[in-house]
Amino acid sequence: MDLETFFHMGGYAFYVWSSYGLSFVVLLMIFLRPMMSKKRVMKDLRTKYRQQERQNNQAR
Amino acid sequence: MKLPAIVHKFSSPRNFYVMSGKLIPWFGWACLLFMVTGLYYGLVEAPPDYQQGESYRIIFVHVPSAWMSMFVYMVMAISGGIGLIWRIKLADIMASASAPIGAAFTFLALATGSLWGKPMWGAWWVWDARLTSELILLFLYLGFIALQASIEDPRNAARAGAVLALVGVVNIPIIHYSVEWWSTLHQGATVTKLDKPSIHLSMLIPLLLMAVAFKLYYATSVLMRARNEVLLREQNSRWVKEVVESGS
Repeated sequence: MDLETFFHMGGYAFYVWSSYGLSFVVLLMIFLRPMMSKKRVMKDLRTKYRQQERQNNQAR
Repeated sequence: MKLPAIVHKFSSPRNFYVMSGKLIPWFGWACLLFMVTGLYYGLVEAPPDYQQGESYRIIFVHVPSAWMSMFVYMVMAISGGIGLIWRIKLADIMASASAPIGAAFTFLALATGSLWGKPMWGAWWVWDARLTSELILLFLYLGFIALQASIEDPRNAARAGAVLALVGVVNIPIIHYSVEWWSTLHQGATVTKLDKPSIHLSMLIPLLLMAVAFKLYYATSVLMRARNEVLLREQNSRWVKEVVESGS
């Protein structure tokens, strides 16, 4: 099978490739969201713990 | 009914964090493997359909998404119920972490169905029982997310969400049997029926590979989401502080 027939999808290229493209984008979003929020959570908590330590040191 | 102590120990946030951290890479790589093979067999090896030509290849993303939309809903409702009855925090977390993923799968099932319906039925959308009940499923997910977002206290949010999810379970058999109970434009079941599946092996195999891949995709991403939520909710405990400071 040559590539052109493959991408042509018997004339249904638009419908088939849109379905796959959309699925790819949505699945990627499902995956990237928690990746990014993990970074944010880690950063926020690190800042919070540092502040707490500073406050503890001042209180002493 | 009381749960044995081991269940509580096993579902402790800390234990979950460590265990899920080990499982995620396995699920993730297995998912990639299944997806690549599934896509290869589905797009390249499987022959065109005798009626629908090449357009039927949408099935390999459409049907797994639709299955997942219902599967994730059941996971969400059951873990919501477990959280409601036995007050296991982790069950509440799993329920809320599942909702956006389930909503995404439902959206995909509807959108790819629409992209399949246009060339085959001549319409992007029809108010047929299968499509309508699946749309209701999307609204149930969105309702769950909105409800939980509107309640400040996590315990109350979890409780309200669980009740909504459990009531909405009634929609799941409706979606499944809609193609039998009503005369729908949507075609009947090809795989999940009691007699032999009415699909050739060369198409069934990639379909099942993709279904497994989607399930692993859900497992990976729901664990990732739940882990973040565990860190946030347990941020005042010593072990979270250690985890954050060691940076893993």
